[in-house]
Amino acid sequence: MTTAQPERTGAPEGLSLRHRLRRDRSLILMTVPAVVLLLVFNYLPLFGLATAFQEYDPLVGVWQSEWVGFDQFSRLLGDAMFWHAMTNTLYLSFVQLILFFPIPIALAMLLNTVLSERTRNFIQSVVYLPHFFSWVLAITIFQQMLGGAGALNQFLRQQDIGTWDIMTNPDTFALLVTSQSIWKEAGWGIIVFLAALSAINTELYEAAAADGAGRFRRMWHITLPGLRGVIVLMLVLRLGNALSVGFEQFLIQRNAVGHDAADVLDTFSFYYGIATGDYSYGAAAGLFKSVISLLLIWGANRLAHAFGDDGLYRK
Amino acid sequence: MTNVLTIGRTDGKRDAATRAARRRARAARPPWEEPPTTVGQAAKGLTLGGMLAVILVPLWIVVLTSFSTPGAVNRAGGLVIWPDGLTAEAYRQMLSDSTVLTALTVSLGITVVGTALSMVVSVLCAYGLSRPRSLGHRSILVLLIVTMFVGGGLIPTFLVVTGLGGYGQWWALILPGSVSVFNILVLRAFYSETSSELIDAARMDGAGEWRILGSIVLPTSRAVTAVTALFYAVGYWNSFFNVMLYMPTDAEKWPLQYVLLTYVNRGNGMPGSVNAGFGSVQTQTAPLSLQMAVVVLTLVPLVMVYPFVQKHLRTGVLTGAIKG
Repeated sequence: MTTAQPERTGAPEGLSLRHRLRRDRSLILMTVPAVVLLLVFNYLPLFGLATAFQEYDPLVGVWQSEWVGFDQFSRLLGDAMFWHAMTNTLYLSFVQLILFFPIPIALAMLLNTVLSERTRNFIQSVVYLPHFFSWVLAITIFQQMLGGAGALNQFLRQQDIGTWDIMTNPDTFALLVTSQSIWKEAGWGIIVFLAALSAINTELYEAAAADGAGRFRRMWHITLPGLRGVIVLMLVLRLGNALSVGFEQFLIQRNAVGHDAADVLDTFSFYYGIATGDYSYGAAAGLFKSVISLLLIWGANRLAHAFGDDGLYRK
Repeated sequence: MTNVLTIGRTDGKRDAATRAARRRARAARPPWEEPPTTVGQAAKGLTLGGMLAVILVPLWIVVLTSFSTPGAVNRAGGLVIWPDGLTAEAYRQMLSDSTVLTALTVSLGITVVGTALSMVVSVLCAYGLSRPRSLGHRSILVLLIVTMFVGGGLIPTFLVVTGLGGYGQWWALILPGSVSVFNILVLRAFYSETSSELIDAARMDGAGEWRILGSIVLPTSRAVTAVTALFYAVGYWNSFFNVMLYMPTDAEKWPLQYVLLTYVNRGNGMPGSVNAGFGSVQTQTAPLSLQMAVVVLTLVPLVMVYPFVQKHLRTGVLTGAIKG
């Protein structure tokens, strides 16, 4: 890399700032559009978080609205609906962690044993596809298959078995959304694990086989340790996102199963913030969630480091 | 410069040759591996087959129902699983319906304009940050990465966009999410790996940064450009929440996803010609077929673009960046 840029190899101190500015001005100019867009739509909203400490009135704007300190937060902590959304979020997150998380790992390991490259490519192409569907589309397909008028119930009715409408049943909603997530994203999730698998040195397998290790011993002692880094990384990301269980997915199905089952923190922010016009309250809920999420990411990383893994960043 | 470029090209050819050889080599079972058990093979086949079926069968049913005659839909009692009577009437009727046509135009417009904008902004930014030791690139990089971890969230963003007068405006559907820092980092990772000999040669020939980006870096990183464009395009094509936020009541500005949500998922009757025409055309098209045709319509662009990009997905274009 040092030989790559002869004109930039000299120590930066050797060049005056003005000289470097002239040399790199087109590079800096190229970043301007992205930086401006991020400043407006990502950094400006950070100042908008001030509304969480106000009684925001859209008519007078952020500058004139009344400051109320932590009132919105104490209101939040005393709100049963908020705690309901919080419990729902954590519960759904937990169910997804148990049921969803192992599937891409298992599928990647299974796919890796398929010898024919053409078969492997075909399977990959198919299982990646639903990742590119919108939630509207995915849920519409689920509804057509499993809904009250869907293919499953159509079959059950013809057999006179009665109907089973999983799409509107609040009691099984956690299982429904988890199976939707698995259908849509589990196939895509195998990408990182496949990459990690292909990085495992095949000589290890050969040596182990020569030493008499069978299929499952090799899987346990070579494959899984080879995946460990990626698994820990994915686990850290998953834990950091424990409070985000999917926004659009719940928004779309809230009407069908009712808010009792479908309210999670993100939809809470939306329904009690924007839809009712109580912006400050919604912003406070959003900020509360972000702060806890950052703490979770940090904590999960500490945990990964404690177990001797890299996690999201190196120690 | 032409010399350098030809060398690059032969290199590529040799790469392809070794790759093909490796592929042939991998297809055989390694000699040290024990032969598979019948039970194991059967379990594997069932699992993988089941996985494919769970994805492909629903798509098959949706597509088939959209192409079925009202008679076939009636005989099946709803969704059609085996071909019975085929017709494209549902599509003819759908495309003569102003709601769907407008939505299709809106969706295509947002996707094309948004993707073009996002790509220009991201490619420029990624290249601008990819040259080692350039002035200020570290600070700008930090400024970008911070947004991946902290953000204002839903309501402050909504207040900023509406504060800038975005309510009911097209740009509100495009600009707020137009820059994906993740995509920029992926592009940047690839641009940093572009052969430095090529770039040096071009620089000695007097090419500026714009020239280098346009005639060396972009042509040598087509795969990652294609995949990034796909991700942006899919994002725009699939977006519906922005519509819900910024133009929930302007039905004539709704994109296809929102029409799908309103008229198919929620089962509201379509306004305009379809609803009014149901009495007269019911014999030609079952309402269900029409709904399934809308579903298929949202799928078509994806399925059309997918084959061109999937081989890049398969070779794991993004995994390096995901891991990095």
